[in-house]
Amino acid sequence: MLTIAGTEFSSRLFLGTGKFSSPSVMAEAIAASDCQMVTVALRRVDLDNPDDDIMKALSQREYTFLPNTSGARNAEEAIRLAHLARAASGSSWLKLEVTPDPRTLLPDPIETLLATEKLVKDGFIVLPYMNADPILALKLQDVGAAAVMPLGSPIGTNQGVLSDAMVEIIIEQARVPVVVDAGIGAPSHAAYAMEMGADAVLVNTAISIAGDPVAMAAAFAKAVEAGRTAFVAGMGQRSKQASASSPVDGTLSSDLGFLA
Amino acid sequence: MFQSPDFEQLKKQIQCSTASDVERALNTTRLNLDDLAALISPAAEPYLQQMAKKSSEITLARFGRTTQLYAPIYLSNYCTNRCVYCGFSADNRIKRKCLTFDEAENEAMILHKRGFQHILLVSGEAENAVDVEYMEAIALRLRDKFAAVSIEIQPMSTEHYHRLFLAGITAVAVYQETYDRDMYKQVHLSGKKSDFDYRLETPARVAEAGMREVGIGALLGLSDWRAEGLAIGHHLNWLRKEFWSTAFTVSFPRMRPATGEFEPLEIVSESNLSQLIFALRLFDQDVGLIVSTREEARYRDGMLKLGPTRYSAGSCTAPGGYGETDSEAEQFSVGDHRTLDEVSAMIRDKGFDPVCKDWDCSFQMNNV
Amino acid sequence: MNITLNGNTKSFQEISTISDLLHSLELSPGTVVVELNTTIIQPDFYSSTTLAESDQVEIIRFVGGG
Repeated sequence: MLTIAGTEFSSRLFLGTGKFSSPSVMAEAIAASDCQMVTVALRRVDLDNPDDDIMKALSQREYTFLPNTSGARNAEEAIRLAHLARAASGSSWLKLEVTPDPRTLLPDPIETLLATEKLVKDGFIVLPYMNADPILALKLQDVGAAAVMPLGSPIGTNQGVLSDAMVEIIIEQARVPVVVDAGIGAPSHAAYAMEMGADAVLVNTAISIAGDPVAMAAAFAKAVEAGRTAFVAGMGQRSKQASASSPVDGTLSSDLGFLA
Repeated sequence: MFQSPDFEQLKKQIQCSTASDVERALNTTRLNLDDLAALISPAAEPYLQQMAKKSSEITLARFGRTTQLYAPIYLSNYCTNRCVYCGFSADNRIKRKCLTFDEAENEAMILHKRGFQHILLVSGEAENAVDVEYMEAIALRLRDKFAAVSIEIQPMSTEHYHRLFLAGITAVAVYQETYDRDMYKQVHLSGKKSDFDYRLETPARVAEAGMREVGIGALLGLSDWRAEGLAIGHHLNWLRKEFWSTAFTVSFPRMRPATGEFEPLEIVSESNLSQLIFALRLFDQDVGLIVSTREEARYRDGMLKLGPTRYSAGSCTAPGGYGETDSEAEQFSVGDHRTLDEVSAMIRDKGFDPVCKDWDCSFQMNNV
Repeated sequence: MNITLNGNTKSFQEISTISDLLHSLELSPGTVVVELNTTIIQPDFYSSTTLAESDQVEIIRFVGGG
């Protein structure tokens, strides 16, 4: 069972709600994924279409909402969005996203750390989206992040967990759950992240732009479960050298003949 | 707060380890505590050479072809504790001495002339002989003359450790002696040291105070050495999570003769000691592993490239012993009597670089 | 009166409170968050908060996002 900020989740797959062709496809895909937590963003109401409301397709009674601060370019903007999010959802869950570069949407480490510290003090449950920087992960935990969300590869690029070496270090050192978020383009990527020891993954684009998002969501659910089960079962390590599975005496260079 | 695992559970886990557990541990790059248990277990003994090879490869990659060198200075053998295994126990009738500031500086300068840049100040536990003010004064005197000054003295408060850090102390070693609560009670008869938990929490206080490096360890032979090793692994794991910017070392004091004739629970052989060192190296690639002059020259020579990263040399374990030889008041007898030059020559012969200076106090200097 | 609504200047007749504004925009109060001159207004105060000339109003809701 995954626990974040005292809340239990039986599914280790979180879904994003963006880029779907329609709210009903979105709702079906989310249902097919068995996920329990979804991200949402905050935007100005389209005054020409007052009925266009994602909440008609998605209920906080069924899913934990994780509002994100997408659009924020610095800590100040993120903090403002955080307060709007809390007013909208009535809960303190927050995916902190500070992305000053609209081309790459990569997270600003400095503003993210500043905002996390402020928002934690303000009672938010902060899940910061971050580049896979192990030191940053430690510092975010030091200031009270409820989990850390290192990216696999830039948002929407579907390149998989290019940051794997760094994510492994983050997982090894983490005192809070680690959610690999962004760039997961295929179920195999999700399984890979889980096999590495990630506590959960967040997937959006790969599902919403798939030919059949509902089927893809189900595939991701299976992959996350498979990866997690494999991790818990204890996988053998990949090795570049052959390694005998029986003891080999006398052929190794470390001579222990000096022992009394 | 670090919760030391139940010692009997540790022993059980180790005894249940199988050859296939060992093989899995040997084939993994990220070992967990279960893997450490396997490598420390009797099932790993046939794999000792393989463990040695892996340990030497990891150590080479992380530390290069180098060995750090240091020497201890015993400041005082006054002690209010009664530890049945220790030469300095309050019960032992030995010549007691506490160095004055000038005497301490003389000892230090003898070491300095010999070429040492890293020194370890050691004392028994006696507040009226060695307290934080005494240590602070000594630290202030010595820090300009040495690259790094470490201490191994009685447990202190975070506040006192912080004072000593500001005075120029870089590292603190404090060994739990034994992680076996029952044995701990049996061998620490009285004095502040009889408080198991206060001692157990000390490495955390040291790290909290900002010290750059914390040394932990157990006195091998007091209780089941394998379980001690696994307990050290638990402790190290916990400390690394809590204090991610602190460096850690493990020492391996192995019971040797001392005044008072304490019989160790078990004899820990050189092969056992090596297994423990290799296991910890495989478990933690970055931890410093210290082998002191308690061990024989032959052993230290053989182990040089296989895992240890720091050796003492030319050690004397009696206060004032560098100035005047007086082996009566020793804490323990030395196994390797070679001088710094001799040990350095051995290190060079083996193709390694003996490192006398690996830090500079000025990195942490404050205007005190 | 003229107010800035979601970044655009808009003119409204016969509107005095936030409730009035939402009603005229056909927005159900429970589905949006309202920010008046950078302060978030709690729904309980929609009917008692009056708007003034040149006020800046942001009306925000959840949308899909990753």
